[in-house]
Order: sequence, then structure tokens, then C-alpha cells
Amino acid sequence: MGQTIKFTIDGTEVNGRPGQTIMEAADEAGVYIPRLCYLKELTPHGSCRVCTVIVNGRPQTACTQPIADGMTVENNTPELLEHRKNLVDMLFVEGNHFCMFCEKSGNCELQAMAYRLGILAPKYPFMFPTCEVDASHPDIFIDRNRCILCGRCVQASKDLDGKHVFDFVGRGVHKKIAVDAEAKLVDTDADVRDKAAEVCPVGAILKKHIGFSVPIGKRLYDQKPIGSEIEEKKMTKVKS
Amino acid sequence: MSDENLKRIVIEPVTRVEGHGKVSLLLDEQNCVKQARLHIVEFRGFERFIQGRPYWEIPVTVSRLCGICPVSHHLAAAKAMDRIVGGEKLTPTAEKVRRLMHYGQMFQSHALHFFHLCSPDLLFGFDADPAIRNVIGVAERFPELAVQAVMMRKYGQEAIRITAGKKIHGTGAIPGGVNKNVSIEERDFLLKDLDQMIKWSRSAVQIAKDYTVKHLNEIKDFGSFESNHLGFVREDGAMDLYHGNLRALDAEGNVIFDQVDYQNYLDYIAEEVKPWSYMKFPFIKSIGPEKGWYRVGPLARVNICDFIDTPEAEKERKEFKALTKGKPNNITMAYHWTRMIEVLHSIEKIKELLHDRDLQGTDLVVKGKRRDETVGLIEAPRGTLFHHYRVNKDDQIEMANLIVSTTNNNEPMNAAVRKVAQDHLSGKPEITEGLLNHIEVAIRAYDPCLSCATHALGQMPLEVSLYDHAGNLVDRKVKS
Repeated sequence: MGQTIKFTIDGTEVNGRPGQTIMEAADEAGVYIPRLCYLKELTPHGSCRVCTVIVNGRPQTACTQPIADGMTVENNTPELLEHRKNLVDMLFVEGNHFCMFCEKSGNCELQAMAYRLGILAPKYPFMFPTCEVDASHPDIFIDRNRCILCGRCVQASKDLDGKHVFDFVGRGVHKKIAVDAEAKLVDTDADVRDKAAEVCPVGAILKKHIGFSVPIGKRLYDQKPIGSEIEEKKMTKVKS
Repeated sequence: MSDENLKRIVIEPVTRVEGHGKVSLLLDEQNCVKQARLHIVEFRGFERFIQGRPYWEIPVTVSRLCGICPVSHHLAAAKAMDRIVGGEKLTPTAEKVRRLMHYGQMFQSHALHFFHLCSPDLLFGFDADPAIRNVIGVAERFPELAVQAVMMRKYGQEAIRITAGKKIHGTGAIPGGVNKNVSIEERDFLLKDLDQMIKWSRSAVQIAKDYTVKHLNEIKDFGSFESNHLGFVREDGAMDLYHGNLRALDAEGNVIFDQVDYQNYLDYIAEEVKPWSYMKFPFIKSIGPEKGWYRVGPLARVNICDFIDTPEAEKERKEFKALTKGKPNNITMAYHWTRMIEVLHSIEKIKELLHDRDLQGTDLVVKGKRRDETVGLIEAPRGTLFHHYRVNKDDQIEMANLIVSTTNNNEPMNAAVRKVAQDHLSGKPEITEGLLNHIEVAIRAYDPCLSCATHALGQMPLEVSLYDHAGNLVDRKVKS
């Protein structure tokens, strides 16, 4: 039997194991902490800040903060909800997100997060940046209009595919996802079977020719809000 | 007489027409109409901003051109993209699911056009008080008719929801097929109210027919004029609203061209640009811009087809044709009658489809040899809709040309405005709301949609301007 670490999330006791982050322990306990850049298979880096929680009175990203005995975590508070809404709101206005004709609609984590947080329309002014599309690869399409700079593709290419197809270039509002080539994705060793082609939370990196093949009603977030799959674990535990 | 001595009256916007139109009438000192123009002042630019987008996105993107008939744009683009992926020979299930979507669209859009937008003019008279001459007035005075209108529209919308996933702006058609079939439960849901819809469709034809026959003397010249008629028909000459070959007849019914593969439409159709409107003016090349313009839509379709392949609509077509002894009917207000004949045809087709087990098939998509440039056509509620695309080797749209139904009817609508203005406004010392509405009635006979034709960025302020015979602005009303 390993050691059990006891801490609380919003006043409810949670049991975790040594080495777990708040996010991992919360997921196992069926407590959903909103997130965008986090993906279980990748090393967390806390870049989107959506998973920010209050740990013993101080803000920390739940995906990177290890748990500790007696830790007090605030997750579902009005103040944090407001912060998360603002963060997601800014992601929308910093890009060109036209959900109405985006093929990722219904399967998009950003859109689903906005619905879950109750964002009906952005409150900040749209920036309408000029972004490049890279359609050069026969099987993969990059639409930087929708990129939220989560870095999943960068990490997946390096850590899961053993390649280095993607990386960031530029700083601040000029930061963008780039490919490891002089010009286009087609000049890289990217392959449609790469994990990097599957991990994008939005519609920025897509597999070509299959858009809209899943009908409305059958898409990932058509029936249940994002995070339901985690919260259902708690329901199952309560029932059992 | 120089234009300096003319008075300009601007009617803006055209109410109960989706989008913004502006009618300007140039009067002389005797208040006689010298010139009448329907301006389309919105600019949408879809043809430009879809450039660079991937081809499989286009059927969903362009459906946003319209909230009344998005299915038409969705299907026209999908038909074009079918050819891009070499999948134009759809599986039986895919074609029938799309047809069900299309007939559902035709049914709901025609019901909206006739009952919600046009029936107030027909039921209360063109000069009736605008406070009652609207859909609320219809609901108060003719509640059963209003319920029928709402339920018919709802039925068509349900057929769209079942086939496209949503009632408005769905995603059902994808390049080479569809993304879903129709389940037994969904079929039975539509079958439940089918008989009622057929009965209401029969009565809708009767209302439009009775109105036309009863008021024939007053409407036969109302905004009417001789024109060519264009649309597509099946290879055997039957009306087909989903697929066919182009046929054009002149005002007397003589064939201008027939069974033309619409992939070659540019050999037969050209577009003229005029400086005072964002909307182009299409015409038949062999006749030229001056006399080569044509009508499209229900009137043109009933005029050009040899028969309708559903029994009740065919019986109504024969009765309609008898009015003009088999020749094309050129009465603008006859659009309503033919629109309701198409409603009956659509519900008969829906009945056929709902009893076809192919709807439950699972073979949904087919693909073949890739193409770079294609045309997709469909008979939309308001008329023939052309979508023409070129796709580059990276699967991005390189060129798009959309000739929407309203654009095809541009010159006919201008002709109707001219005719009505000359007949009803000339010499009158006062321009009343009822008189101005005569113009709107004529436009609405063709089309409640103007915005889609210029593909509209934002809301424009409403403006009514009045100029005296010397060209001086004497009044302007602005509503933001």
C-alpha cells in the first residue's frame, strides 16, 4: 500500500498519492478542474492558466502543482470562475474563431469550455489578427487563425512522435506556431498518423478531407459539457 | 428634359424583404416616373473571403449566406464539392437524404414566403393599413391560417433537422455524400404529420389559385412583363428541384437552349455589372444583356417543365398552364400560385422518400477521381442557384463565383418595379404608404431575400430621402 496524501478541494476531502499533481488527484476523485493546455499524455507546463486554483491562499496551476498533506485547494469559487471566463474570453478575441463554420465545432475544447463557463459572447474587443494558413501537406491542415498556443502539438511531436515538427516563434502577440522547415509543413517529416496531428484542442491542426463527417448530435460535446467524463467518476463512486 | 428637373424619391428599406433594398424613383415635374431602380446596397463578399479555405468547409460556410434557405447554398456547394472529390454519383442513401433535406427546405421556405411575408398583402389588399397588413394581422384575423403557416414551416424545418442535424445551418451534406442517414424513429416522426401537411398544401394551392383567378384583371398587368424563363429540368423534361440540365424558354415558349450540362453554364450565361448596384445582372449570352435577362424561380420552373412527376402537383400544373393556353405565364403575381404548386410537389416527394428504405442505408459517402474546378447547381426556393469553384492542389478554394437566385431575378425585379411605378405612382400628387407598398409587393412576389444576393456586413441605418424636381433634398428620415 502506498502512502495516501489527504487534502481538500472546496472543503471536500480528497485522497491522492505521492507525486500526483492537484489535477491528477482531482481527476481521479471525480472533481473537474477546467483546463485547456493540459493533456494526460504530455508533461504539464501550466501555460494556459485556465486550471489556476487557490492553494493555501496562493494561485497555482493545478496541472503542475504537486499535492501535499493538509493542502487546502479552492477550485469552484466565483472569483476563479470569473478569472477563467476572462482567460477564455481573451483566447477567443486574440484569434479568429468562427465556430459557426469551423469543422472542430462540437469537438472543440475551447468552444466547449466557453459553453461550460457560460460565455455567450466575448466582452473584450476582437483583435482580428492576420494569421497564416498552411495547407501544403497532403493530409494535415494548419489554420493559425484558431491556434491558442497551448503547445500540445510542440510537445507531442517531440515527446510522443520523436520528431520536432512544431515549435513556437515570436514573442507576445506575435508568437505563433511554426514548422521545422524553411517554409511549409509539407517540407517537414509530419505524418497524419503522428500524435501531434491529433492533440490540438481547437481547429488549428486538422486532418484533411474528413471535416463535418460526424453529424451534429454525435459530436464529443453535443450531449454533455466538457468535464462530464471526470465528474461522472464521482457519481459512479457515490452510487457504488 | 434634363435630370436636373426631376424629383428623386427614395424608399428605403423595402420592408418584409430580408436584407436591405433601396428603391429610388426619379420623377419629373409632372410626377411622372422617369426612371425606377431597385438598388442593392449591401455587400457581403463571400466569394472573396472563402478563398484560401479548405474545400470541405465550404458547404457549411456558404450556408451562412442565408437564414431562410441555407440548405440551398449548403447543397449547391456540396454538389460542387462532390465533383471535386470525384463523388458526384452519390449512393442512393446519400442522394435521397439530400433530397429529403431539399424538399423540406423548399416546403418551409415557400410556406414562409407565402404565408408570413406575402399573405398580408393578398388577404388585406395592397393599400390596407400597414398596422394590420402584417403577419400579426393575419394571425388575429385568420388564426387557423396562421397556425397552418407556422406548422407547415415547422414541418419542413424538422425534415431539415433530421437530415442536416440542425433546423438552420446544419452540416448534413459533405463532399461525396452525407454524414448521416434517416433512422426509423426519425422517419416515423415525419410520417406522423404527413397527411395533415398534404391537406394543408392542397388548401394552400387553392388559396393562391383562387386569389389569382379572382383578381386576374387587376393583377395580370401588375408588375408584369414578358421575359425569358430559365431553370433546370430532368432529362425527360420533368420538374426536378435537386438536379437536372438547364433549359431556357422565351416569353412565347420557344426553346432558347435545352438539356445543357450546367458545368458549361459560362457558355450560355454571362453577368453584367451596373454602377448603381452591388448585384450583377445575368443574361443569356446568345441574346445579349438588353433582352437576354430571364426569370427564375417557381414561375419559371412551372413554365419550362414538361410535366411534374407527382400526381397532385401535375394536376395543378395543368390547370395553371390552361390559363395561358400552354404558353409561359408572364404574370408577376402568378409566382404565388406556382410557389404553392411546388409546395404540393415537395410534400408529395417527401411522402415518396419517407416510404423509401434507402433512407435507412448505411453507404453514405463515395469518392473518385479528384477535380480542380466544378459547378454545383440547385433549384433553390427563389430560383436557380449557381455555385462555381476552383480548388488548388493544396485543397484550398482559389476562385468562387456564386450566382444566387435573387441575382438571376435582378433585372426582372427591376422591370417589375418600373412597371408598378409607372402604373401606380405616376401623376399622383402624394406618395402614400399603400402606393409605395405596391412596389414592395412586386418585389416580394419574387423574393423576400436581397442580402444574400450581394453576399451584408453589419446593419445599415435605414434612410428615406426625398428630392424635389431640382434635385434638392427636401426630407430625410434615418432610423438606426
